[in-house]
Amino acid sequence: MLFRTRRSRFLLWLAFGVLFGVVIAAPLAMVGLAAVAGTWNGVLPAEYTARHLADAASGDALASALVSVQTGLVASLAAVLVGTWAALAVRSAPRPVRRVVDTLLHLPVAVPSVVVGLSLLVAFSQPPLALNGTRWIVLVAHLVIVLPFGYGVVSGALDRADPALAEVAASLGAPPALVLWRVRLPLLAPALSASASLSLALSMGEVGATVMLYPPDWRTLPVSVFAQADRGEVFLAAASTVVLLGLTLVGLLTLGLAKGRAAER
Amino acid sequence: MTAVAASVPAVTRPTRVRRRWASVLWLLPPLVVVLGFFCYPLALVLRQSFVTRSGEVSLAVWQQVVTSPEFTAALGRTVLLSLGATAGCVLLGTFLALVLAFAPFPGARVVSRIVDAVLAFPSFLIALAFTFLYGSAGVLNAALGGQGGGPVDFLYGPWGVLLAEVTFYTPFVMRPVLAAFAQVPSAQLDVAASLGARPALVLWRVALPEAWPALASGACLTLLLTMNEFGIVLFVGAKDVITLPMLVHTKGIVTFDYPAACVVAVVNVLLSVALYAAHRWVFRVLGAGRSGEGRRGAVPNPA
Repeated sequence: MLFRTRRSRFLLWLAFGVLFGVVIAAPLAMVGLAAVAGTWNGVLPAEYTARHLADAASGDALASALVSVQTGLVASLAAVLVGTWAALAVRSAPRPVRRVVDTLLHLPVAVPSVVVGLSLLVAFSQPPLALNGTRWIVLVAHLVIVLPFGYGVVSGALDRADPALAEVAASLGAPPALVLWRVRLPLLAPALSASASLSLALSMGEVGATVMLYPPDWRTLPVSVFAQADRGEVFLAAASTVVLLGLTLVGLLTLGLAKGRAAER
Repeated sequence: MTAVAASVPAVTRPTRVRRRWASVLWLLPPLVVVLGFFCYPLALVLRQSFVTRSGEVSLAVWQQVVTSPEFTAALGRTVLLSLGATAGCVLLGTFLALVLAFAPFPGARVVSRIVDAVLAFPSFLIALAFTFLYGSAGVLNAALGGQGGGPVDFLYGPWGVLLAEVTFYTPFVMRPVLAAFAQVPSAQLDVAASLGARPALVLWRVALPEAWPALASGACLTLLLTMNEFGIVLFVGAKDVITLPMLVHTKGIVTFDYPAACVVAVVNVLLSVALYAAHRWVFRVLGAGRSGEGRRGAVPNPA
């Protein structure tokens, strides 16, 4: 124990509590509180209501939530698929190819999401591929933004994985496809789940690119939250945010359960 | 196992070379996705920045945008904001990690779980929360007794954005630093303390050096992410806080001036990619090198 005296420890904890409380805990608590606030003129809401949450789970807000869920599922599934494919394929490529591809796949992290949105607008507003105005452009943007994370998680797991099992299977005569399906992918199950979780969480909260691209019939929940807050319906915005976090959490828990079951098998 | 070892040299050289190139073919599908949906659109953005609205190829748009006061103001504001937010995150993140690692309290694990959760949250959540906390009708103003337009009025300016960014990005520094502190053997701290060093000195000379690579890499990442941050700036909605991503948004969506938006986007991407290269470099050189040495040094006698 580095801080031996009770006083030094107490002072340290006090500073920690104040800083953590003010900077991190209070803002998080505020959104939850605002979602159930009826009227709020004092320090705490004067009365509590479930009305905003009910509003956030019906009508336009609900439609938006469903759009977000579908976008998140499609984007994260595609990111895991493309990312895993790339991570597996890049491993057996010659070294220079490997470095270039690895950098390329990580690069979208460094590009602001707004610029990803603008670039897709510039590229796909005209033929050969006129995606602008359709929901596909939103899905593509989400894929581009979450792909580096989906790829990075799987690639990192492959760096740490022991190649011996796959080599043994191959030496016993299993064809590459069988080795991949029965040995390498099951070993990667936890990484696939982590990759999907990260991609899902990022896609569900994406605003920058979506706000540049969304067509009227494909408005994700974060964009709706912004519209609500902009109209001054801040309590509804808070309730919608709580719904967004709840949906994300359900997704993450489901993926966590899937991981647990895969590990058992 | 001998069978495995024996089977490896059996693959002749030409086959291996052929297999290597076959593996490049396998890379094609993911490469098509990245090239088609990421590189090609970015290349078009670069091209568009050299084409005026009337269709001529020239540097006119660049000249016009780069010399405009709104661009220089946005550039300066973006750099200042991200430097300030990163400094705040580094200080706060290191302090929080120090306490969690070296003076843990009951419930410390719950706290680090909360921090993990923040990493999965969208950034606009913080900006929204700030309206309830520090807005003109927010909790703080109510507590200080101001009715409608109280004494606290920093949210809709650069300070509001700065504080929101510090709140959101502190976990990005705290997490890696906490992981680095966990690597410090507590015996080392005890020895230093037993030799008479005061806690501050022990932290400065023993614990912090172990965390420098994590801190440097986390700071680079935070610098990059705060420079590209959009959600917080959009939700705070401050009129006088126009950052580069915000300018791209305004020019692209509000005024539909694609060429000008593309110029701003190119500058923004150049800045971010440079920072990203620095982040990767720090991570590889400092991170990998040091932890490898440290591990070797920690086990001087494997027997």
